[in-house]
Amino acid sequence: MADKQSPTQAAVRARIGSVPVPSGGLLTTASALAVLVVLAIVYAVGGQSPQLVTQAIITGILLGGVYALVSVGLTLIFGVLGIVNFAHGTLLTVAMYLAYVLVTSAGINVYLATAIVVPVLFALGYGIQALLLNRLMRPGHTAGQLLVTLGLSLLLANVLLLIFGGFEKTIEPPVSGNLRIAGAIAPAPRVIAFAGAILIAIALTLVLRRTRLGLTIRAVAAHAQGAQIVGVDVRRVFALTFGLGTAAVGAAGGLILPFLAITPSTGEQFTILAFVIVVLGGLGSVRGAILGGLVVGLVQTVGGLYLPGTRALLLVFAVFVLVLLFRPQGLFGGSS
Amino acid sequence: MTGLSWRSVLRSPGARQFAVLIVGTALLACLPYVLPVERHAVAVRTLTFAIIAVGWNIMSGYGGMFSFGHAAFFGIGAYADAYLLVSHGISPWIGMLVGGGVAAGFGVATAYLLLRYRLAGAYFALATFAFAQMLLLLVSNLDILNKTLGFNIPILRDSSWAMMQFEQNSNNYIWIPLGLLALALAVNILLVHSRTGQYIMAIRDDETAAESLGVPVMRYRLVAVAISSAITAAAGAFYTQYYLYVDPNTAFGATVSVQAIVPAVIGGIGTIWGPVVGAAVVGPLSEVTATILRDPPPALSFLEGKSGLDVATYGILLIIIVLFLSRGIYGSLAERFRR
Repeated sequence: MADKQSPTQAAVRARIGSVPVPSGGLLTTASALAVLVVLAIVYAVGGQSPQLVTQAIITGILLGGVYALVSVGLTLIFGVLGIVNFAHGTLLTVAMYLAYVLVTSAGINVYLATAIVVPVLFALGYGIQALLLNRLMRPGHTAGQLLVTLGLSLLLANVLLLIFGGFEKTIEPPVSGNLRIAGAIAPAPRVIAFAGAILIAIALTLVLRRTRLGLTIRAVAAHAQGAQIVGVDVRRVFALTFGLGTAAVGAAGGLILPFLAITPSTGEQFTILAFVIVVLGGLGSVRGAILGGLVVGLVQTVGGLYLPGTRALLLVFAVFVLVLLFRPQGLFGGSS
Repeated sequence: MTGLSWRSVLRSPGARQFAVLIVGTALLACLPYVLPVERHAVAVRTLTFAIIAVGWNIMSGYGGMFSFGHAAFFGIGAYADAYLLVSHGISPWIGMLVGGGVAAGFGVATAYLLLRYRLAGAYFALATFAFAQMLLLLVSNLDILNKTLGFNIPILRDSSWAMMQFEQNSNNYIWIPLGLLALALAVNILLVHSRTGQYIMAIRDDETAAESLGVPVMRYRLVAVAISSAITAAAGAFYTQYYLYVDPNTAFGATVSVQAIVPAVIGGIGTIWGPVVGAAVVGPLSEVTATILRDPPPALSFLEGKSGLDVATYGILLIIIVLFLSRGIYGSLAERFRR
């Protein structure tokens, strides 16, 4: 594919150079090292039993995997399109209910159901962007985009409430049991979700770097007007990007269903955390979203050893505001 | 001579708006006599929505700083009232003033930080949201504020204006928020026609131009934030007194921030009457849908006894208004009549 470029594509590539997919590089390594150092300090002089710390780290990494899973989609939507998608968490809820219905009424395995939910969510996302948000893509429409996705979130969550009611729903996990990692307990469904997060991140990165679609998405992200001039159908690319983002959410929904009870408001808590992670990781950076997710997960569990309850989350928000103020390009993003 | 000056006064838009405000308030003051008692709660909720939306509109509509965290100010008002009353026996009226002051201080401090580092648009909105969430988490973890339990306001045996407590369904519960709303609107009208207000709108429309003409941009933006937060906090204090209860989620939850935005957007942001019109649409909506669902027409019979229709409806309304009527219901009408 890459060797048979049309002149337009060559022009696009020439224009954008090596821009969007931020590779992180040195800073990513430095941040990862910093995290490791902090964890080592906790082990050495944290005043907690090592076993407790190991368990907190494993739980944190697995929780971080869930966060990462949800955030990869948003890094495309917020990072590439610049849309403050407040319906992100609610789309996760929609995906979970879809998988739930497939599992309970059609008797399909939940991981198979996930494979069905992904294209449905892609179509839903494509439709949302094509029908609603494409009308609001000019600069200065941030508030409009935020309000439309907010309206969408209220609409979807309450339609789910009308259909399913407010009671918690769960499914019987197809895989049960625990893995033991370094003496710590890791529930199998969570390990599978974590593996899924990594696979999805790799898949998305490949799509963004190796395919024609990925190239156009990066071109539009770098300079929408320029891409349009060289013949890219920008609106279609917007819709495809939003679709990809919601497809990732679809996968997330299916993968976390085995260990998370659903109510129509389950996804809402993820919306703001996903924003925190995307900003932390650097807009549009898939790798950043994964690292950001892991950091937030670890802060919550390892921080939770010292700040019980919801106080660790307070720390997460404090870091978020500091990043917004001092390093809006993200901790793991490039230095540009 | 006097006739002439009278006419010119009446012709000034400020005077006309005050006239509408006085007549409107007088008419609404008759509401408790017209409305059946079981509808009083809806009226109170609608008026509270309206106050919050008027507050939000001053910062975000006139000031152009999109806040997604007005729950912070509402919550500060609600908690200042509850804490001072329950723990120190201080009158809610004073609690309301203190809450307004604290909220204004918090608003100015956070907005200064965000504006100082040039956060705008999406990032500004996200940061305000984060601040509200931080207050929610903080309050949920503070012993002095009873953590997640919140406060119950002790119920008095007798009605008392000093303690802002009356028998259930007392007309005062409508008149107090109505008075607060009228006050907020009066402040809004005065502001819009003052030099300060003109500066605030000039900064919203073109920050660089205003700055190059020597307008102290930061100072006037913070004035808008302070007024906006104080008004929203007053609504919070009243809310505590009406429901005699407050907890972290009802005070600082994201729902409150949404409830500040939705009426203003539906009615028309950056207009004086827009938030009131929007609240009048959104406030009674849950009552209307509840009535429909209690005895649904055949086409909707599958929805009988379900909840969620009201919020779903205003979600749809929000999308339609933003896409097709970006000036809101009142804003669009006003523009048409001006032509």
